[in-house]
Amino acid sequence: MAEFRLPPNSRIRKGRHIDAANGASNVRRFAVYRYDPDSGENPRVDTYSIDVDGCGPMVLDALIKIKNEVDPTLTFRRSCREGICGSCAMNIDGGNTLACTRSIDSIKGDVRIYPLPHMPVVKDLVPDLTNFYAQYASIKPWLQTRTPPPPDRERLQSNDDQELINEPAACILCACCSTSCPSYWWNSDRYLGPAALLAAYRWLVDSRDEATGERLDELEDPFRLYRCHTIMNCTQTCPKDLNPAQAIAETKKMLAERRY
Amino acid sequence: MSLRAPLGRVLGLGSAKDGTGHWWAQRVSAVALTFLGLWFVVRISAVSILDYGKVVEFVGNPLNSVLLTLLCLAAAYHSYLGVQVVIEDYVHAAGPKVVSLILSHFAHIIVAVVSIYAILRVGLGA
Repeated sequence: MAEFRLPPNSRIRKGRHIDAANGASNVRRFAVYRYDPDSGENPRVDTYSIDVDGCGPMVLDALIKIKNEVDPTLTFRRSCREGICGSCAMNIDGGNTLACTRSIDSIKGDVRIYPLPHMPVVKDLVPDLTNFYAQYASIKPWLQTRTPPPPDRERLQSNDDQELINEPAACILCACCSTSCPSYWWNSDRYLGPAALLAAYRWLVDSRDEATGERLDELEDPFRLYRCHTIMNCTQTCPKDLNPAQAIAETKKMLAERRY
Repeated sequence: MSLRAPLGRVLGLGSAKDGTGHWWAQRVSAVALTFLGLWFVVRISAVSILDYGKVVEFVGNPLNSVLLTLLCLAAAYHSYLGVQVVIEDYVHAAGPKVVSLILSHFAHIIVAVVSIYAILRVGLGA
């Protein structure tokens, strides 16, 4: 059965409170999920009071400040700090987003920070994305052709054709969408999830790709594609404002079109 | 613990190359139910359903009995498709899944047959 309650060793306990504000005037509290697999203890939520005047405007800035100045054991992924690498995807204030593009000011009250939902946690805010990446690999995210390339130049595309792949190609694979999808929570072993399906769509509508039929064959499956029940959490949460739900709907329409 | 590569696990048993028919049938039966449901609500609200004679008269009308039969068929079919998806969503252990899919299949056929039998019985005045 789908599990609606966390297993006993994953249930979250109240953690420590660390006041690092030093009496500053602009203080915010950050409630951060902590889990250390080596300790053998259950996850806990630690709270940190910090002076946000002394840090940048984004949630990632606060996390970096906490790690640098308060608690060096806090573990999270980050790299580009400008919303293009997708490393710092996490659940902030109840929604999946990138810590580097979510401003602290946009959140009222405590800033609650958890790892991406329903994924195995490696440590603290770091989820295990092995299955997610394997699903991306499974849709063969590369150009497949039979027509040989022109000898003197690259394969050309019209502006209109380029427009079609422009948006889906902007996905940064941060996994916010897939891990916000209840269908993915219950069936991530068989359902590809919105991110992989958006990537698949990017190649389905590429005017240069000649494996559309084979790609659709691979997707046409009650679990791989049709576990999408148009819940649309994916589109709601995408930090890049992309629309995986629409890409999935278009893929279903393509499958219907070739059949009827 | 399995040492199988993550990609191997994802590829699994491969694509069923099926599902479009199910998806289409769900939508077509939903469209049918919209019209049949509207017809039923509008027509039945004009009948005093506590009066047995009036209801028998309503079901006995040939057009009504045909449309009622279609409504029952469409509802049972649409429900069967939906319940199947719910079971596939939430029941993961192979045994309980197969058993509940079969039970749902049987239950929906029984509901459909009983409904149609009742309509015919009343309609034909048996």
